[in-house]
Amino acid sequence: MHEHQHLKDHYKEARIINRRLLLAALGTLLLFGLLFYRLYNLQVVNYQDYVTESDRNRVQVQALPPTRGLIMDRRGLLLADNRPSYTLAIIKEQVDDLDATLALLAELVEINAEDLEGFEKRLQQRRRPFEAVPLTFRLTEAEIARLAVHEYHLPGVTVSAQLVRDYPMQDLYAHSVGYVGRINDRELAGFDDEQFHRYSGTHTIGKIGLERQYEDTLLGTVGYQYVETNARGRVLRVLEQISPQPGENLRLFLDTELQREAVAALDGRRGAVVALDVNNGGVLAMVSAPSYNPNLFVTGISHRDFRQLNESLDLPLFDRTIQGQYPPGSTIKPMLALGGLHHKVITLTSTVYDPGFFKLKGDERLYRDWKRHGHGTRVDMLQAITESCDTYFYDMAYRLGIDGLHDFGSRFALGSRTGIDIPSERAGIWPSRAWKRGAMGLAWYPGDTVNVGIGQGFSLTTPLQLASMTATLASRGRFIQPRLVAAIGNTLTEEKSTTLDSVDSRHWDAVFEAMENVVHGARGTAQVINKGLGYRMAGKTGTAQVVGIAQGEKYDSEALRERQRDHALFVAFAPLEQPQIAVAVIVENGEKSSKAALVARQVIDKYMQLQLRDSEQLVRGAESDARIF
Amino acid sequence: MPEASRDLRRPESLLQRCHIDLPLLLGLLLITLYGLVVLYSASGQDLHYLQRQSVFFLLAYGVMFAVAQVRLHLLEYWAPWLFMAGVVLLVLVLFMGVGAKGAQRWLSLGGFRFQPSEILKLAVPLALASYLSRRILPPAFRHVVWAMLLIGIPTVLIMRQPDLGTSLLIATSGLLVLFFSGLRWGYIFTALGLMIASAWPFWVFVLRDYQKQRILTMLNPEADKLGAGWNIIQSKTAIGSGGVYGKGWLNGTQSQLNFLPESHTDFIIAVLAEEFGLVGVLLLMGLYFWIIGRGLLIASRAQSSFGRLLAGSITFTFFIYVFVNIGMVSGLLPVVGVPLPLVSHGGTSIVTLMMGFGMLMAISTEQRKVSVG
Repeated sequence: MHEHQHLKDHYKEARIINRRLLLAALGTLLLFGLLFYRLYNLQVVNYQDYVTESDRNRVQVQALPPTRGLIMDRRGLLLADNRPSYTLAIIKEQVDDLDATLALLAELVEINAEDLEGFEKRLQQRRRPFEAVPLTFRLTEAEIARLAVHEYHLPGVTVSAQLVRDYPMQDLYAHSVGYVGRINDRELAGFDDEQFHRYSGTHTIGKIGLERQYEDTLLGTVGYQYVETNARGRVLRVLEQISPQPGENLRLFLDTELQREAVAALDGRRGAVVALDVNNGGVLAMVSAPSYNPNLFVTGISHRDFRQLNESLDLPLFDRTIQGQYPPGSTIKPMLALGGLHHKVITLTSTVYDPGFFKLKGDERLYRDWKRHGHGTRVDMLQAITESCDTYFYDMAYRLGIDGLHDFGSRFALGSRTGIDIPSERAGIWPSRAWKRGAMGLAWYPGDTVNVGIGQGFSLTTPLQLASMTATLASRGRFIQPRLVAAIGNTLTEEKSTTLDSVDSRHWDAVFEAMENVVHGARGTAQVINKGLGYRMAGKTGTAQVVGIAQGEKYDSEALRERQRDHALFVAFAPLEQPQIAVAVIVENGEKSSKAALVARQVIDKYMQLQLRDSEQLVRGAESDARIF
Repeated sequence: MPEASRDLRRPESLLQRCHIDLPLLLGLLLITLYGLVVLYSASGQDLHYLQRQSVFFLLAYGVMFAVAQVRLHLLEYWAPWLFMAGVVLLVLVLFMGVGAKGAQRWLSLGGFRFQPSEILKLAVPLALASYLSRRILPPAFRHVVWAMLLIGIPTVLIMRQPDLGTSLLIATSGLLVLFFSGLRWGYIFTALGLMIASAWPFWVFVLRDYQKQRILTMLNPEADKLGAGWNIIQSKTAIGSGGVYGKGWLNGTQSQLNFLPESHTDFIIAVLAEEFGLVGVLLLMGLYFWIIGRGLLIASRAQSSFGRLLAGSITFTFFIYVFVNIGMVSGLLPVVGVPLPLVSHGGTSIVTLMMGFGMLMAISTEQRKVSVG
């Protein structure tokens, strides 16, 4: 206690305090040095790294997607268009309660499980803060209106517009024009660096049909802009811009009026119609029925819709025109007769006795004619084609032999792809010894040859091949590769053709006459369609046996019976004097070939009518021009 | 004393008669101006902030001038009462305080809101200096215990608000007084040893989750790029991309495009560093150094132990504010929410700081008066 009474020693205390102040001052210097070291490190040593980081913050490269090229028919009607579509996206950082927001959105707009799944996936991916994550891609006008009403309790929810593919003709051209769809993981995995670059602003890619075949042409060139953004991702200004180049437009040979007529003519039945321009190989109409709405695929088809299409017994997704392989039946008889004449196994006047069947020497088996008691004792080529006599062609095929048959048919592109400008075309089968050995491991028997003579047995053709064969006949031996696209941009597409040489013109005349008789002759198998026909048409009927349905599959018996009926086929060209259009028709399970013939007539009638109308317009146009000058 | 004799020869200037320390005032004015220039840019070129800040400064300089007139022995006399009033208000805050973001820091008096913790920023060093200067230095053990109690009560109360940053700074200002009073090294090392030993229970029982998060984020900001690490990554990017000479006034992309959070308050040094570069930061640090040096001089020349202790505490607490702020923005220290003195936007902290500088001037005046007289 007495220590407390000691006098304070001010000098000593000042010394103590000043010594401590000096220590603190030294500490201060040390800490200032530390700060300086830190700042030196940030601003001098790692300067470049932070400049890069700061630019990456501020400058964003945005891809500017090119506008996809349009696809139009020969008259300029749009078959594939681009229309604005509205995307609903969420900026997660601005949403307080994501679940509540999603629940409210589900009441206002249609959001399915796949949308949600995709959204969750995109949310997990690396992204910048305040970047909008898309939830659904197809808002309707009504939904946008509803969102606008509730905007104030939906912070962080944005709606943006972009162009998406639209097919205004709906299901009319689903198979030929095809569709685009979202780029899937598999396609993405197959991309090289250049493709990644090209698709950086684009979310869709051509999946089938012309959209796929002409993908590179339609896509265009991606553009870029360097933009300065703030921390909320809002673009403040564009620093530099390279404009995208739109894709090129495609103009097709297809005629929408003719296409509609072909669909109408099929009248809801399963089947296919292919109409070709004899003079240039252009596809005038190409129908595979039933069809589907390609717009479903553009922004992603729902599982339910896809299952429905994929599992339908009517196979709407299947393109019958280039993938359907049917026995050609009697439709190839005119072509085969030409081969027989060319190889001199028949002449214009040679005849065959037809008791209603054909028999190979030393073989008990009867190859029956469709007509039970035969076509008579002296059947010549004209009658054989007109009445579709099987016995005549059994005999001719047998004498020509498989090698001759194969060689001649191959010149009409049977058994190989025509090379039409859409993918997934099938080649069909035009059998030969080599083919049978390769495919079945068996030797060729004479009986096989006999069946090929009436377009049965192993032979399979697509409707496109039949149309192409008919066009080649109509042009007296000029095979022109069929094609859908008439012009890319302003450049006309090239015609590729080969010419059958050394066929005697009298042989052509004879085959044409026989085919004319099929339609116009009193005993022609297609004479039902000649009533009121204002022009001359050459045609040939056919029926093909159905082999498709396997035993034991669970179809109800009524449907099964209906689906086991023969397919009805018909090929034709017109007008006879100066052929312009060649048509092949198949009506599945149509049973009678006249069903197909009626379809073909309706299509050709329409074509002739359109030709007349177009030429009249041309004349009127010329007259009005003349008045002006 | 040579200084005294020099003062004897010179007539008292107008500033001296007004109790103004010219070098200190000059340093403060330069920082104020520099700070306003940076604030204009940091606030997104908003004149509103500039006006508010200028009004605060006018008020603060007025307060400083007023405090500078107070006689030192009066300050010493009022110190305990100010301290007690501050503690009472802190207790009131715990029961009837208002606040935001989960913290309760303000008292609302008829529409006027203020933080009692601001009072303690000065009351604690005042009370400590007053208490210790009456004892024989270096202080005996029981006086150290009492002094620790004086520091501990407000520190714990503020920590409960919770406001960890302020409580630690206030504790530091008190501990500085204790240190300057010649606290024996044995006590210091024992205390340091105990602190290290108690770090684990402190982490587990005292720190709140968000406080732990801040420390963890500082240790590894990359771990949570978009969340807690965002601020630090952005401020480091701003500072680093400024380089030696900076991007130029109003040209900082990080700050002008809002990548930098809290750019006009706690993180304002990042704006300065981005736009004026290392050179600009060194200029500011030089000015701070000037003020600290002047404060140190005033402390060492003070006539009484009370003056020395108080001046030393005010000066070095000011330095610690600077160090903690720049350290946290540049990623050396955890983000504790300490403004950059005299530069960050905000009224109360500026007024408190200037009040402290007013006391420094009062101490300086006392010393001159005594040496003259």
